[in-house]
Amino acid sequence: MSDPSRFNRRRVGRLLNAIGPVFGLALVIGLFSLSPAVRAHFFTGVNCKIILLQTVIVAIGALGMTMIIISGGIDLSVGSVVALTSVVGATSLVKGYAPVTAIALTIAVAGGIGLINGLIIAGFRMMPFIVTLGMMGVARGTAKWLADNQTVNAPKSCVNNLMDMLDPLHFFPLPLGIWITMALAVVMAVVMQRTIFGRYIFAIGSNEATARLCGIRVGPMKVAIYALAGLLFGLAGLMQMSRLTQGDPTVAIGLELDIIAAVVIGGASLNGGTGSISGSIIGALIMAVLRSGSSQMNWPNFVQEIIIGIVIILAVGLDKFRQRKAAF
Amino acid sequence: MVGVRKSFGATHALKNVSFEVGPGEVHALIGENGAGKSTLMKVLSGAYQADTGQIELDGERFVPKDPLHARRSGIAMIYQELSLAPHLSVEENVLLGEEPHRFGWLNRPRRRTVAREALAELHHENISLDAPVSRLTIAEQQIVEIARALIGSPKVLIMDEPTSSLTQVDAENLFTVIDRLRQRDVSIVYISHFLEECQRVAARYTVLRDGESVGAGGMASARLNDIIRLMVGREIQDIYPRTSHALGKPVLELQALRGVAKPRSANLILHEGEILGIAGLIGTGRTETLRACFGLDRIKSGSVWVGSRESTHSSPTRRLAEGIGLLSENRKEEGLLLNRTLADNLTLTRYGPVSKLGLVNRHRQRQCAQDWLARLEVRAQSPEQAVSELSGGNQQKIAVGRLLHHNARIFLLDEPTRGIDVGSKVQIYKLLDELAAQGKAVVFVSSYLPELLGVCDTIGVMCRGVLSAVRPAREWNEHTLMAAAIGQWQAATS
Repeated sequence: MSDPSRFNRRRVGRLLNAIGPVFGLALVIGLFSLSPAVRAHFFTGVNCKIILLQTVIVAIGALGMTMIIISGGIDLSVGSVVALTSVVGATSLVKGYAPVTAIALTIAVAGGIGLINGLIIAGFRMMPFIVTLGMMGVARGTAKWLADNQTVNAPKSCVNNLMDMLDPLHFFPLPLGIWITMALAVVMAVVMQRTIFGRYIFAIGSNEATARLCGIRVGPMKVAIYALAGLLFGLAGLMQMSRLTQGDPTVAIGLELDIIAAVVIGGASLNGGTGSISGSIIGALIMAVLRSGSSQMNWPNFVQEIIIGIVIILAVGLDKFRQRKAAF
Repeated sequence: MVGVRKSFGATHALKNVSFEVGPGEVHALIGENGAGKSTLMKVLSGAYQADTGQIELDGERFVPKDPLHARRSGIAMIYQELSLAPHLSVEENVLLGEEPHRFGWLNRPRRRTVAREALAELHHENISLDAPVSRLTIAEQQIVEIARALIGSPKVLIMDEPTSSLTQVDAENLFTVIDRLRQRDVSIVYISHFLEECQRVAARYTVLRDGESVGAGGMASARLNDIIRLMVGREIQDIYPRTSHALGKPVLELQALRGVAKPRSANLILHEGEILGIAGLIGTGRTETLRACFGLDRIKSGSVWVGSRESTHSSPTRRLAEGIGLLSENRKEEGLLLNRTLADNLTLTRYGPVSKLGLVNRHRQRQCAQDWLARLEVRAQSPEQAVSELSGGNQQKIAVGRLLHHNARIFLLDEPTRGIDVGSKVQIYKLLDELAAQGKAVVFVSSYLPELLGVCDTIGVMCRGVLSAVRPAREWNEHTLMAAAIGQWQAATS
């Protein structure tokens, strides 16, 4: 039982668990820098800034999605919600609302959709997959309806600064959106790891029956999880609008899959109970680096898609392999 | 067809079992939970291999390699839990795995004929062949199951607790079916706890205890009391720490508690400092009683009193706030967060002492878990270890430790010693004794009679969903407990 070699192996295993995604990121960057042409440009501050900027939307979405996936759920409506909120944000700016009001309204709409998802999932004990699949259609349709099937051009306002490159020649100053993402990541990591709320999320995902037995109010917890995640998806939608400076009801199709991929590459299990914020953020970075690297290699779009698909399968496969090893 | 003879000598579960069944004979296999009946039947039906001993079928040596081989050789089994595919039709279920076909193409008309004939043979043509099995009553499902077992004309049919989920009338119908099968020279091994049923259907019996066959004979000439004595005849070992507990005020009372299906009527009064045992067979509603009381299952009628306050309809959250804790009988599926750490599992219901303003202090949590690990003598490497890495006994200590950390004053323990090693059992007995000495109250559900008699102050017996007559433990013995559990109240009170 107290065999020291077993003890060490377990510690090494846990260490591997934590640095696995970091290692993956290093590997991806390393592989791209093999090509001299890419290497010259890849490590410039501006390129790093572009990669970070491109990560923002998926990363903020992944913050909410990590919470949901750890609780044993899933949310397929994210892409549609992002499109809807970008339309809501742009439309309210067009209507002359103050930027602060527009931002609040945008995030509130997404939070409301999350709340509805949570209420249906908890109230009727329905599968999150089905409920959010339905919501995916509802939100997308509403976005098109609101925008009258066209893009809505947002008038210039401070909202646009969120995702503005600011100085296109240097790494600093970083756009506000990147700072916000980093700050939220820290907050969410603390919430998941250190708060009772976070520990309950892990408990529900690990074993819902046990959580119920231990007096955790599983229903209200689920409502809170989906609503909170909804707020984050709303923020992601705001970033989307800021980047394109318009509300587009057809934007972000399939975004939820990118986000789920980032969370899963980051070590979360779709069975719930495991995962981490840091892992998911790194997962999002891996995907952004892959995209950026592929385009600098002048690989066509389809190559990128194939590579990212393979990376997802590899990441999860390696994870399974590692877990089976750890079981002994 | 000559008689079927089997004798085994497996290590733990089965030590030395022999019995024989003749053609057209119904042979009752009687024994307590855990006596080895199921293991024996699994050997016979090919799921397990016997270590030593041999089986003879029709006078020839028979070694079942796997369930399919056993089935092809004429041994069919009907399991305690029905094993039908609920979405498929009756017809499909009857011939599942034995579909008539030609080069992989299903022969539907033939399937229909065979299924219809099988049901007709059981005089149950009324069951629609196209109905999905989930729409049938439990009794009808059982008929489908028997019809399936009869495909391929088995020589031996094994029935494991066939009446456990049937009403009296349905059970009577089943007995008629058994009589009919007997006339067709099918040998039947009938496993049951209920002696009156065995008397009704069986010609002979064999009693199993601790993996050995300890007695056999003709059912007609047997006295029930003798059979019960054979079922329980064990020595109580001196592993039960005993201090006398002073009983205080009543803390929990159930009055005619009725759940959705079970229990039908549960009554008990639990006092401070009392360990109250609930005996009974598996499936009589003991678990459901605890679950309803804890607010996990719906209560249809009756009432629950906590202290002097009525609080019938409740939730686990509220029960925990009232200081009541439940230990699930199902450690792996309900009791523990297997892939989370020991520290998380121990502190899950009460983060208060290890947190401030909703923020968990990891260091304090670890310290607190470490203290419990030491106090409960859990063999673990670190509080940050996943529960799944521990042995069964140590996992159970973690589950109990959570209730202790919660500072519960009423412990509802469902089979707390199931599947754990003797050393851990003794530690749990000691712990229960200490809790009672501190004035806490314990409800202790167990299927193992010696531990109930050894640990409890008072014991009630649950039979067919009814729990009444809680009496001091010294007024019971294994014989009377067993008699009460199988519904033989005269034998229990004499």
